[in-house]
Amino acid sequence: MAMAAPEIDIRVQDAAFDPGALLSQFTPHAARAGAGAVISFTGLVRDLPGATGGLSRMVIEHYPGMTEKALHDIAQQASSRWSLGPVLILHRFGALTPEQPIMMVATASAHRADAFLAADFLMDYLKSRAPFWKKEFTADGAAWVAAKDSDEDALSRWR
Amino acid sequence: MDVLYFAWVRERIGLPKERVDTSAATVMDLVRELSAREDRYALAFSDLSALRVAVDQELSDFDAPLGGVREVAFFPPMTGG
Repeated sequence: MAMAAPEIDIRVQDAAFDPGALLSQFTPHAARAGAGAVISFTGLVRDLPGATGGLSRMVIEHYPGMTEKALHDIAQQASSRWSLGPVLILHRFGALTPEQPIMMVATASAHRADAFLAADFLMDYLKSRAPFWKKEFTADGAAWVAAKDSDEDALSRWR
Repeated sequence: MDVLYFAWVRERIGLPKERVDTSAATVMDLVRELSAREDRYALAFSDLSALRVAVDQELSDFDAPLGGVREVAFFPPMTGG
């Protein structure tokens, strides 16, 4: 997309959000910037069917200051690799319950390939390069979610 | 400098942040210094492969120099998304 410096919108918040409402704001904004394609990804809190009583809540801790910088840096990298319109990254912290949205990314480009690839890239980097940590609470107790080797491996395909 | 701890590192050490007066030249020197203080530190730093470090809010390495650094953070691998 022949555009000026892409606009990057980073939001780190404990408040719940409505993915549909965000997308409704993002889409016309992207269209005005010349986009022909908008991609969005929403991450949800999954229940833990294996645990007694399931997941009662998930608490997300983050590193205020570094989080915003890391997300901005990841978005900047995506914008320099692909021809993008506006980029939105929203990530929650604090206490969440199953089925609630945790985070959302939205990308826009003239044609769909750039926006698809950029959204995929953002998700891969966000999982293991943005300072968030998830803790799951069930009737059996609480446990920090362990990082997966596959998350780290996922980054290698972008190098 | 300020030293910050997150997730289970914070829980194991028992505090989120502390002011440390140190002449440690590298992150590794700081880890050794903290580990020598008390068991809870030694325990938290016992397996460095399970830890990540940020220097002035940028992901870094254990051999990173600390000259002029204001803030060092220790935490487990991140699990966002």
